[in-house]
Amino acid sequence: MAIPKICGIETEYAVIQPKLDEQNPIHASSVLVNAYAKQGELSEKNGVAYSVEWDFNDETPDNDARGFTPIGSLPPLVETHLVNAVLENGARFYVDHAHPEISTPECINALQAVKFDRSGEQILQKAMTLANEMLSPEEEIIVYKDNSDGKGNSYGCHENYLVDRTTPFGEIICHATAHFITRQIFTGSGKIGVEATGIDPNSIQYQLTQRADFFEEEVGLETTLKRPIINTRDEPHADATKYRRLHVICGDANMSETATFLKVGSTSILLAMIEDNYMTKRIIFDNPVRSMREVSHDTTLKKQLLLGDRSNITALEAQWEIFKFASTYVDKGGAEFTGGYVAEKIISTWERVLTGLEKNPETLRSEIDWIAKKLLIESYAERHNLSMFDPKVRLLALQYHDIRQDKRISEIIGLKKLIAESEIIEGIENPPEETRAYFRGVCLQKWPESIVSANWDSLVFRIEGEHLRRIPIPDPSEGSSQKVRTLLNRVNSPAELIAEIELTNK
Amino acid sequence: MAEQEYSKEQIPSEDSNPSLDHEESNQGQTNSELASELDGLLDEIDSVLETNAEEFVKSYVQKGGQ
Repeated sequence: MAIPKICGIETEYAVIQPKLDEQNPIHASSVLVNAYAKQGELSEKNGVAYSVEWDFNDETPDNDARGFTPIGSLPPLVETHLVNAVLENGARFYVDHAHPEISTPECINALQAVKFDRSGEQILQKAMTLANEMLSPEEEIIVYKDNSDGKGNSYGCHENYLVDRTTPFGEIICHATAHFITRQIFTGSGKIGVEATGIDPNSIQYQLTQRADFFEEEVGLETTLKRPIINTRDEPHADATKYRRLHVICGDANMSETATFLKVGSTSILLAMIEDNYMTKRIIFDNPVRSMREVSHDTTLKKQLLLGDRSNITALEAQWEIFKFASTYVDKGGAEFTGGYVAEKIISTWERVLTGLEKNPETLRSEIDWIAKKLLIESYAERHNLSMFDPKVRLLALQYHDIRQDKRISEIIGLKKLIAESEIIEGIENPPEETRAYFRGVCLQKWPESIVSANWDSLVFRIEGEHLRRIPIPDPSEGSSQKVRTLLNRVNSPAELIAEIELTNK
Repeated sequence: MAEQEYSKEQIPSEDSNPSLDHEESNQGQTNSELASELDGLLDEIDSVLETNAEEFVKSYVQKGGQ
């Protein structure tokens, strides 16, 4: 039986100080997070509790979903010394390696994930403004929401989905691999040239995705080297006897809300179908890593991909196959686990996008990033009589990912919006109502001075005259507004809150 | 749940949530209309591009990502 597809998006932003000769991205990232987080010391209502630290107790990135860690694999290290902030909307804003990263709070469906992804952009924009007010003009910091510097370095936009622990991981590997290879036709953010090793960088003018060039394995634990299509990190941030968190590392960061919506939405429905054993057809690629690149490198969408049984399929055909299952699944009750009316919207968007890709991709130029960007840079190159590899064209391709309001090219070219501006602003300071992010966010709003640390599945309070008290929230669907709003309104202090919770648990 | 043949009739109809409305005003435009539309936007885009493209793109190096 499927479980509700609680989901989230974590985005590593590119960071640059263009006027400096020497770059120090770790420092620049720390300045950004600090500039945003320190607002908490200046005013009361600003969406952040600066004094609250991230609690690393439940971080186990070296746990492998396959139950073992292969010799020679390099699990990611947890960096505890870098800056971390927990936000009042339930999100986490921090320095990860050499990038500023924001993780949305736990969202109840794909549309809500789009909202909080956009709220996250606004938070980064505000962080840039605050940081640049403190810095000299020469030290100006800019961030971009992309996944590649064009020189062989990549950084991720990861998705997370709550999955039933009883679902065999092998089933997830089988079906999700086929989806991740072929969904690139609508998730790609577009890139000039090639960065895969062993291929002439200029042999392809333009490809669908930023990320495909960097995937070298089918399944694995790594995220920075030898990246796998299926990541096996088994770190549910929840009750591990009941849940998995599928950590998806192969997608692009999207500027288009429709692309984010369809990326998360289609994957949510696929995972619910796997849990319900609904996918009766398997699409098994002969060489998934090769096919991942073949799809990305082919803007005609006609490339025949070799399957394990030696037959061929195009990415579009494979997506239609998955879509057909998804459509009947949602129609026959699957919407219950995948967002209700939102699931129906995922299906109608999915069908419309696949139809557009099949008949005339240009009709999707305000919804699908790789198409919007391709038409834009081609027009620019033609107007100025430049090659696709000219620095001016590359600069435009980079600035497609600019999130600053006054330079937001995706806004100028009119990418379609799914979320009202007022909702995006509201999401900067307020958590989703339907998940434990609500409890986390509201506690941070009410008692920031009493919360010592926070993470995805617990809050630690300092109660006057007592030891530290940890409140675990091991179920992501607990702590919703429906379940705890009355309690949080009734109690006047963390001590009262804990007393009431302990009474209820007796 | 068993697989069923997919048909157009099974696609849910549009709901009335205003934040989800999608207009398909772009559909059916000719290539020349599209070209002139983009041409108009390129002037505005020129004004937001960073100066010194070559140096900017060259210095854009992003190591240490996941």
